[in-house]
Amino acid sequence: MNVKQIIASTVAKHLNEGEIVNLGIGIPTLVTEYLPDDSSIYIHSENGILGVASVPEDQEPDFDLVNAGKIPVGINEGASFFDSADSFAMIRGGHVDVAVIGALEVDRKGRIANWSVPGKNVLGVGGAMDLVEGVGRVIIATTHTTKDGLPKIVEQANYPLTSQRSVDLIITELATFRVKEHQLILSELADGVTIKEVKRKTAAKFTIDLTESSKEISVS
Amino acid sequence: MKKLITKEQVIPLIQNGHTVMVGGFGLTGAPLTLIEMLGDSPVKDLTVISNNLGEPGKGLGKLLVQKKIKKAIGSFFTSNIDAVKASQAGELEVELLPQGTMAEAIRAGGAGVGAIYIKASVDTLLSEGKEMRVIDDTKYVFQEALKADVAIIKAYKCDTLGNLIYRKSARNFNPPMATAAKVVIAEVEEIVEVGQLTPDEIVTPHLYVNYVVLNRKEEA
Repeated sequence: MNVKQIIASTVAKHLNEGEIVNLGIGIPTLVTEYLPDDSSIYIHSENGILGVASVPEDQEPDFDLVNAGKIPVGINEGASFFDSADSFAMIRGGHVDVAVIGALEVDRKGRIANWSVPGKNVLGVGGAMDLVEGVGRVIIATTHTTKDGLPKIVEQANYPLTSQRSVDLIITELATFRVKEHQLILSELADGVTIKEVKRKTAAKFTIDLTESSKEISVS
Repeated sequence: MKKLITKEQVIPLIQNGHTVMVGGFGLTGAPLTLIEMLGDSPVKDLTVISNNLGEPGKGLGKLLVQKKIKKAIGSFFTSNIDAVKASQAGELEVELLPQGTMAEAIRAGGAGVGAIYIKASVDTLLSEGKEMRVIDDTKYVFQEALKADVAIIKAYKCDTLGNLIYRKSARNFNPPMATAAKVVIAEVEEIVEVGQLTPDEIVTPHLYVNYVVLNRKEEA
């Protein structure tokens, strides 16, 4: 598995059957590939779909049926379409159990920055703030370091924050952190990864508790 | 059909300085034929309310290159580098809103609601200088409703009265925008007789729709 696949498959393990899960753009969209065929998890897409699936192999991509990343998708049996106002009413109103989204940085309190990079060609917020404010459980799916090898988990974010809310889980190709009472707890290591390596590549304080069960209970 | 109009009839409806809502999530569900018509109009200084500004040279991206857009209100412009550059050069005024805030502000605009209080963007850079209010121990940001002089939207089919149905995730911002402008022009792929669309499937009732234009598929 490559880095993105490791992250997406780890995220899939942290989802509970029966949950409604919104997937953000990038690595999160890969999560569907790691759900069992008979899964009762339903994927919500901010642009107005409940029941997102992969495009069936024998079907042409339909550009009227795309995910949040504007990439053609398929749908499950029982899927529905709705407008953007309804879609965000679901998100804001607490009707979506989990959001899986990317991040540019995570600070020591588990708050994320994922929408603005001052000085770069970035001009958008999309649904990031709505999701972090409205959804029951927020899971961050991100590479542990930037392309230049710099830590993404830092004491204090350099980029503007998406919300004051601390997320619930941070999943990278190296490790999983839980966030409890605004503090990071290293709770899982990927195969072959040592605590030493995680410490070296993480620039924020964290505690270690590898005994917790890997499943989280939805708080919504 | 009474509401069906031509390009020559569309052009005078959208005037210099108008605020125009434009449906679509990226190019999905965007009224590409109507945008093309505006490209042939001398109109300028438009304020555009749309989730994105198309892609470089595509959809609203065309009107941007033609310098017809003075201000853009939306959630995500990173997908069009021309918009990012125009904003950095001070040639385009940009108001970024969280996607759900934007969708709900449009719904409010169409429903005769003056403003909304919403959680997304509380205590972030995007809410700086905006009014805040604590309701039931939760902080909310004040957002005025969004309304427009004209909305140009995309639907799948209409009947000869102007009732609209949509196709898959091409629905997105189109139904709420259909409610929030003084003049609503719907671009459709097919016009059917009244009675061919069942009352159960109609999403946008005809009272919202002033004019209809046929989508020219080859340009989509």
